[in-house]
Parts: sequence; structure tokens; C-alpha cells
Amino acid sequence: MIITIKYFGLIAEVTNQSEESIDFSGRLISDLLNTLYAKYPDLKNKDFQVAQNQELVSESTEITGQELALLPPFSGG
Amino acid sequence: MTDKKPKNVFKQGAISSEFIGESIAKHQTKTSIGAHNIFLGQVRADVIDGKTVTAIEYTAYEDMANAKFDEIRETAFEKFELTCMHIYHSLGVVKAGEICLFVFVSSPKRKVVFKALEYIVEEIKAQVPVFGKEIFEDDSHQWKKNM
Repeated sequence: MIITIKYFGLIAEVTNQSEESIDFSGRLISDLLNTLYAKYPDLKNKDFQVAQNQELVSESTEITGQELALLPPFSGG
Repeated sequence: MTDKKPKNVFKQGAISSEFIGESIAKHQTKTSIGAHNIFLGQVRADVIDGKTVTAIEYTAYEDMANAKFDEIRETAFEKFELTCMHIYHSLGVVKAGEICLFVFVSSPKRKVVFKALEYIVEEIKAQVPVFGKEIFEDDSHQWKKNM
């Protein structure tokens, strides 16, 4: 399926874009992360969380096809 | 979660003292209020490795952030006896010394507003996907992390 991933802050600097769509056949967030680590090796040593449908999820969460985002540490306020 | 679209908390650029003053003035007609409490987040000119921060440029995952602000607002209304509550956060460049976060709570009683304000500000820092890029005087930058 085609999934869309948004990137923010430091993560968008590593991927050099704020959003991309990829054709992805894996099942879990961890599968997606492995795909992204292969594409962007520098991601491996960065601190970030994953959101699906605007809620934080763990690596063992199943991908539903809803909006995904890689979020670096929050620094609002 | 309700079906209604969350309110937009974000304002482009710094939050002006005029805007804050007007927000206070608007509450003069709400005479059940006995106490207001206000938090203002100000951009600090930190010195890191000998370089001074001149501004922070804020970006956000806006849809998720507005939904989180909404959740925080609803939880605060459940937990505390508040008459009203307003939250504004900057996006884009805010210079050192300018205001980037304005939280305003009002209640009939003073004790409530002290507790409510601390709760809301701490939740914002921990839960809301806003990202601050600290810009130094030589135009280099680093990404801020909330402690």
C-alpha cells in the first residue's frame, strides 16, 4: 500500500524533505523503521517518536495506512 | 474526542504585549471571575558553546498539536473549577526576549488558578508536538529539547 510519512524538525533535516509517500508492504511500525533506516542511515542515531493518525505508537503497532509522522523531541513553550 | 475541529492555538510570530493586554481587558465583563493567572513563555538568549541564541523558529505538527491542546484544555476543565482558559503558541521566528507561549486561566477562586496553570503548562511541554530551532548569531542552529 502507499503510505505517507511526515517529517519534522531535525528529522526533516535528515530526510531532506517534510513529507513523502512510499509503496510499503510491511506490517508493523518496526518494519517501516527498518525501511527508513536503510534509506536514511543517519536516522538510526536520532531521537524520535512515531505517530499514527496523530497518536504516538510503539514499534509493535500495526500500520493501518493512516497518516504517519516521525517526531523529534518536543520543544514547545 | 469530539467531532468538532479543534481550535487553532497557533499565531504567526511573537505574541505581543498589546494582544495579552486586550485578552485581559476582555474579561472585565465576566464578573463571576475572582482570579486570573497567566503564564508567558519568553525566548531566552542562551549561550551554548560560546554562541548566543538570537531567536527560536517554531514549527509544529499542527493538526496533532491542536488536537493535543484541545485534550489538555478539556482535561483541565474536568480537573479544575475554571471559568475560562486561553492558550496561544507562536509559529515561525520569535526573537530572544519576545513571548512565544501565552496561557491564561480564570476561576472564581485563586487557589484553583495556581494549580491549573502549572498543570496546563507542563502538559503542553510534554505532550504537544512543537519543535524549536535555536538560531545563533552566526546563523548556525540547533534543535531545542524540553527538559
